[in-house]
Amino acid sequence: MAAPRGAVLDVGVDTSTVAPVRRQRRVGGLFVASVIWIALVALGAIFADLLPIPSPTDMDMLGKRALPSAEHWLGNDVLGRDVFSRLIYGGRISLTVGLLAPVLGVTIGGALGLLAGYFRGRLETFITGGVDVLLAFPPLVFALAVTAYLGQSIANITLVIGVLGIPAFTRVARAVTLSLSEREFVTAARALGATHSRIILRELLPNVALPLVAFFLLGVAVTIVVEGALSFLGLGVPPPAPSWGSMIGEGRESLDIAPWLAFLPALFMFLTVLAFNVVGDTLRALTDPRPGAL
Amino acid sequence: MNDTPLLSIEGVSVSLPTPRGTLRAVDGVDLALPAGRTLGVVGESGCGKTMLSRAILQLLPKRAALRGRVMFDGRDLAALPREELRRLRGPELAVVFQDPMTSLNPVLTIGTQIVETLQAHLGLDTAKATQRATELLAEVGIPAPAQRLRQYPHQLSGGMRQRVAIAIALSCEPRLLIADEPTTALDVTVQAQILDLLAREQQRRHMAMILITHDLGVVAGRTDEVAVMYAGRVVERAPTPRLFKHMRMPYTEALLAAIPKLDSAPHTPLPAIGGRPPDPTRPLPGCSFAPRCKYADAVCEHTKPALDDPEGAGALFACWHPLT
Repeated sequence: MAAPRGAVLDVGVDTSTVAPVRRQRRVGGLFVASVIWIALVALGAIFADLLPIPSPTDMDMLGKRALPSAEHWLGNDVLGRDVFSRLIYGGRISLTVGLLAPVLGVTIGGALGLLAGYFRGRLETFITGGVDVLLAFPPLVFALAVTAYLGQSIANITLVIGVLGIPAFTRVARAVTLSLSEREFVTAARALGATHSRIILRELLPNVALPLVAFFLLGVAVTIVVEGALSFLGLGVPPPAPSWGSMIGEGRESLDIAPWLAFLPALFMFLTVLAFNVVGDTLRALTDPRPGAL
Repeated sequence: MNDTPLLSIEGVSVSLPTPRGTLRAVDGVDLALPAGRTLGVVGESGCGKTMLSRAILQLLPKRAALRGRVMFDGRDLAALPREELRRLRGPELAVVFQDPMTSLNPVLTIGTQIVETLQAHLGLDTAKATQRATELLAEVGIPAPAQRLRQYPHQLSGGMRQRVAIAIALSCEPRLLIADEPTTALDVTVQAQILDLLAREQQRRHMAMILITHDLGVVAGRTDEVAVMYAGRVVERAPTPRLFKHMRMPYTEALLAAIPKLDSAPHTPLPAIGGRPPDPTRPLPGCSFAPRCKYADAVCEHTKPALDDPEGAGALFACWHPLT
């Protein structure tokens, strides 16, 4: 027997440093469709001024409730304004408010929740108390009061919805922080002489950010609906400017003869909200850490 | 023994408020540890060894009340302003925790965690700190350290994580390292490696080290002195060789007997310590171990024995009926 006996295992790669096999993560067609829809609405909103569409506020008194034509793709509304153009410009308001208001909520709410969950004690009592007061306050009365005193504008609507969103974000952030603060790595950081700000920003924030981002996307969907509801009630952006909610409100008057005037913006809002929910849910599932990793 | 200990704990008591009354987790403990020496603290779960380590580090829960003095290098840690204490942690005092699964931040790479510690305390720039982090990982026996720096804790095994935790603790060259059951959460095969690593680094850096464990076997060859704790008190304290050769406290004997022996026949019942530790919210008037002790008599039940060194041999014990 000349050949050496026994098998030789030739390991070409250094197994000690190869990262574990990435879990196959499949995203469904619904997710792709949602991303495309959000991208379309967002692009339309950003470049609305450059698009070859009629002005959303020009009234064509002879073409009231006109049916779709080459000139007006989706027809005209009660006052003869181009519906397609108004939908695109309306997306601008829905997205602006829908994104900025939760940003306000997640920033202030997240910060308050982190502070409350980390420092506990009197600060926590104070913050949770304040949040409870905000929760107990009737949101519509708050919206009415702000718009009555400060005037109706996109900024004020964003402010109102953003402030109303603070309690939810505070509670999520505080709950996550509470459970994280008990973890040994926070004690370990303290034992290594980390300052409070370092522990909050470097140890806790990256951990709290994950659930907050998922919650943020759901917040966007809710905010778009809330903005629509406020506009429908006439508490949203002032009339000449188009908003999906106010378009539904105006279309309501001619539901019997031109139902599409109310249903088209409703459909846009439905699709956008659905898309944000799908994206938020998918991202949450994707970033959900495996048990044991946390 | 050195004359000026690096760490000396004088009459330290820790009490915690609970719904059932005040819980005396640590009860009048005195310990001293010279620079560069190792002390083993042994005791069963709930005997106060972790609370004692937290008391030294001043990391007690907010509601806990600490009495006594924790003198470190001539300063009382318990009375130090928070900012000064923070500056001591890392370069002077460091700790390795029991469970490496939870003592590392799950969402930061281990590189980030080491590098930021180095930057915060030693003021190194990113390149230097990264280089130092690579060296540290190599020192604690992690292969391919440069690649490991980019990995997250969940990509490493338990033993590797504990090595990383040790690297982080050692990163600022502490003078005192507290290892709080550093191997309890690990495989038996990995335990010895980690303990040897700690012993080697302790020697090399001439650090003082407190090794907390519930396993007498762990402290046997790796410490200079052993303190056995029971129900919040030190019940026996002696230089390690002396303790194992001539233990005086029945509790220490029972602890040693409870370690499985390799040479005993299969299915030999393990001599477990019967009963349970006393309720720490209801302190006993006499010796805390009396209800479980086979030598106990009326004296043990009524009078608490003091930790004393009757023979002047540097071996202290608290018992009315010491083993001979």
